[in-house]
Amino acid sequence: MDFLGVLNSTIGFVLDPVTFAFSLAALGLALHFGFAGLLNMGMAAFMALGAYGYAIGILTFGLPWYLAALLGPLAAVIFAIILGVPTLRLRGDYLAIVTIAAAEIMRLLFLTTTFGPVTGSADGLSGHNSATFWAANPIAEGQYDFGPFRGTELDWWVRLVGFGILCVAVVVVWLLVNSPWGRVLKGIREDEDALRSLGKNVFAFKMQALIIGGILGSLGGLVLAMGQNVNPNQYVTSITFYIWTALLLGGAATVFGPLAGSIIFWTIQAFIGLLMPALASEGLLFGLSSIQAAQIKFILVGLALVLIVVFRPQGIFGNKKELTFVK
Amino acid sequence: MVNASKPAARLIKLSAVLFAVGLWFSLFASPVAAETTNGELPFSISGTVSDSGTPLGGVKLSVTGETMTAPASVLTSADGTWLVGVPEKNADYVINLDVSSLPAGSSIVDDPDTVLVESEKVNVRVGPGGRVALNFFLGEVERNTTSFFDQLVARLINGLNFGLMLALAAIGLSLIYGTTGISNFAHAEMVTFGAISSLILVGIGLPLWLALIGAVVLSALFGWGMDSVLWAPLRRRNTGLVQLMIVSIGLSLAVRYTYQLFIGGNTEQLPGADTPKLQLFGSVSLSWIDVASMILSISLIAVFAWWLLRTRIGKATRAISDNPSLAAASGINVDAVVRVVWIVGSALAGFSGILWAYFRPGIRWDMGGQILLLMFAAVTLGGLGTAWGALAGSIIVGLLVETSTLFIPSDLKYVGALVILIVILLFRPQGILGRKERIG
Amino acid sequence: MSSNPASPTPVKSTGMHVGTIRAGVAKKDPILIADGVRRQFGGLVAVDVEHVEIPRNAITALIGPNGAGKTTFFNLLTGFDQPNEGKWSFNGKSLAGVSAYKVARMGLIRTFQLTKALSLLSVMDNMKLGSPDQKGEKLWASFFPVLWKKKEIEIETQALNLLKRFNLDTKQSEYAASLSGGQRKLLEMARALMSKPELVMLDEPMAGVNPALTQSLLEHILNLKSAGMTVLFVEHDMHMVRHIADWVIVMAEGKVVAEGPPGEVMKNPAVIDAYLGSHQEIDLGTITGRISIPKSGKEK
Repeated sequence: MDFLGVLNSTIGFVLDPVTFAFSLAALGLALHFGFAGLLNMGMAAFMALGAYGYAIGILTFGLPWYLAALLGPLAAVIFAIILGVPTLRLRGDYLAIVTIAAAEIMRLLFLTTTFGPVTGSADGLSGHNSATFWAANPIAEGQYDFGPFRGTELDWWVRLVGFGILCVAVVVVWLLVNSPWGRVLKGIREDEDALRSLGKNVFAFKMQALIIGGILGSLGGLVLAMGQNVNPNQYVTSITFYIWTALLLGGAATVFGPLAGSIIFWTIQAFIGLLMPALASEGLLFGLSSIQAAQIKFILVGLALVLIVVFRPQGIFGNKKELTFVK
Repeated sequence: MVNASKPAARLIKLSAVLFAVGLWFSLFASPVAAETTNGELPFSISGTVSDSGTPLGGVKLSVTGETMTAPASVLTSADGTWLVGVPEKNADYVINLDVSSLPAGSSIVDDPDTVLVESEKVNVRVGPGGRVALNFFLGEVERNTTSFFDQLVARLINGLNFGLMLALAAIGLSLIYGTTGISNFAHAEMVTFGAISSLILVGIGLPLWLALIGAVVLSALFGWGMDSVLWAPLRRRNTGLVQLMIVSIGLSLAVRYTYQLFIGGNTEQLPGADTPKLQLFGSVSLSWIDVASMILSISLIAVFAWWLLRTRIGKATRAISDNPSLAAASGINVDAVVRVVWIVGSALAGFSGILWAYFRPGIRWDMGGQILLLMFAAVTLGGLGTAWGALAGSIIVGLLVETSTLFIPSDLKYVGALVILIVILLFRPQGILGRKERIG
Repeated sequence: MSSNPASPTPVKSTGMHVGTIRAGVAKKDPILIADGVRRQFGGLVAVDVEHVEIPRNAITALIGPNGAGKTTFFNLLTGFDQPNEGKWSFNGKSLAGVSAYKVARMGLIRTFQLTKALSLLSVMDNMKLGSPDQKGEKLWASFFPVLWKKKEIEIETQALNLLKRFNLDTKQSEYAASLSGGQRKLLEMARALMSKPELVMLDEPMAGVNPALTQSLLEHILNLKSAGMTVLFVEHDMHMVRHIADWVIVMAEGKVVAEGPPGEVMKNPAVIDAYLGSHQEIDLGTITGRISIPKSGKEK
């Protein structure tokens, strides 16, 4: 078994656009849950909006890629408002159920054959990058390898843009949560009636948080769509749960926790995903097939989620005192 | 129904429908490898060919178009799927189905209501998405000959059946929420557990009735096990509600993929899933399974109602749902009652899983997950934590999901129920039977 | 713990009413007027106040047996709940349909029966949240510390002064969760004062407070009055009511049954009736605050 190869590919995941995409979504969720206490279980839908907005903008409306990239965040704002108006006045668990339902509605709408000509239905969308975003690549053609981080000029272009978006997002969130605005948000997380009694428009703050977190999620979807085809199967409810796992792993009420959590989550997942089939093909896994071995990683993700929440609810980087689960 | 009047002459119709109307859960089916021609080209036309729902393999299709240098032909795979790569998008293509390649007994008959009017040739346009789906359905096309009233009655009966099945699962979910505050996402896996256990018990040679009873007993044990291994210790640690919810999500993922590990990604059938339908009137038909399913659901709900209203432990359950600290102060052993609730809820969910396996039909590793959101919708609709609310909510959701297909594409039928859920929350957040809370 | 050990005898305000003392009597200078405020939960009338006026710059106590509708009345006045019918105004401005946060911005700040300290925020952050005019709380301004840093320093000084008065200055960087129940009550009151309100409404400020802290809490309430504020508070402890209140309003079964200066109102037969009628009641409401009104109301 090529253990070094597995390790090398795993480390490569640290700089994968997918990691950046999920870091962005986890950051958005940190703002939702860690700072504002909003139980958003529909992050997959925000990501889907970012990805589809971008691809549809290019393919259907013929927009330049940089304008198409703005469509997703715009759609995320509208989606957040539609979600928030009925639910932000309600108890937290209602928001969880409504957001998960809304995310499923979005997925079904992207999946239905009714809108097939625009969304590509179950096949999704492809070909949106080749003549547009990829063509704008300033990096000279060739293969660039730095240790475990390898790729063509195209891979690096996607990584660069994804990383750039992530950096801007981190700065923005850091400024937000360390401002008086962020303080009000944390207050709302603790007790929104208290904040109301202090004259804060709780609804407006929650809505702002929902929108900004949603935009971050849609940027995650955008980064995904810049590197690959858009497929409705990428935006299932499980993805939302993975983002939650990554977030809680790093620490929900922090800015860098979600990033670290995402990197750790995706590299470990990649590691298990590569290691298990490799072990299975060597016959070391009690006769499990390679496909079955690959599924083990999902079981481990679930168990990890349970164990983190039970034994280390503040995450790896969270403050021991600042447990995020108070209610 | 026109076709039924001359059943001897089996009428086969060919209908090609652009943007096919999905069948039951075809939307959830994982993509299967299609026979592919020109797969290296960037854009594609793909679809399936089927006869009365059975996929047809070996049917020859050819694709021509102005942008293509030569016609491309493809044979459908054993599961009826095919894919042809094409060089350009925003271009028109013609797909031709070779009638001589159809199996004996199948022939093409005109269908005035579909895109294809007089021939087996279909024009398609590959749009900006670069992909297009084109499905050929052969066989009896009933929907063109069924009156709206018949369809409505059929949908209502189906919806009631589905709603009752959903209620069995949702009541457990609601009881657990009411007594422990957990929004249990792993409830879906309890539903799947019942179905899979019955499959295994049938597999080891038990008669069906015994296997079903056994599956319910195993489900009850599963609920007891989950409570004593996981939930009871968490209760003792006073774990927060959000934390509990996320634990249930993790549990749900782990258990769901464990099922997949053991039974794989295929759909398995319980015995009797293909029993013939009984003609009632018009086009309305029911199978014995449907009848039995409804009778069993109703009787089980009645037994449950008696349990909740008349027995000591049932009353204690309601007291805890109402006000846990007051119940505890009045000497009710909350922990013991919650354990019973897990057992009862899990057994109900397991039984509902068996009915769901017949209703879909088929057993899959993620079958519970497919109705989890509908359960939540039902419970929320009725008012979180009340058993009767869950029952009423489930039946409303069931009827809504089924009847909505009369007006919207059936692959969007869940969307209707979920939209209603959101709308209800807007106007009556406490649900139909819930009540408001006090501040301060 | 008290900051000024020699507790002064409170100076009582008198002669605030117009005409004979009876339930619903007019005041010379009312700050808050409620008219026909009625709140029903299903079939049960929780609050049905015909007319009541709260005198300005005085300490008014709202008393009554459990289930009398005191907290519900508080919720109605502060916009946390909306009545089925009725008018009520603060400083002559109608509050009907005004949401809770706007009521607070008008200068009417309340506290809660179950203390709402923001546990996972530091004591200082709790205080800062009480400030009404930090521009940095606006989303766009929050990106530019230049716009709010100066105000932040002002707020911090103000908060520190208040914390000193409430003997909490040593705890300023600790999480509010680490405070004792009584300290949290103090924090909640101090936080309410950050916005320099005109009317402070305290829902059972003494419930669950260690007797050692009671004296200092009493002094703080008296200080509010001398600082020109108006206080309306709900309390069960009659000694305290007698000690600091200038005026007492008695509620029973949702209605105002009597009011007057503390010494006189206690002798009112309607008040004795109201209390004796429910004397046996177990005081669960004070302990948990979660007993819904219909239940405790039914017992009378």
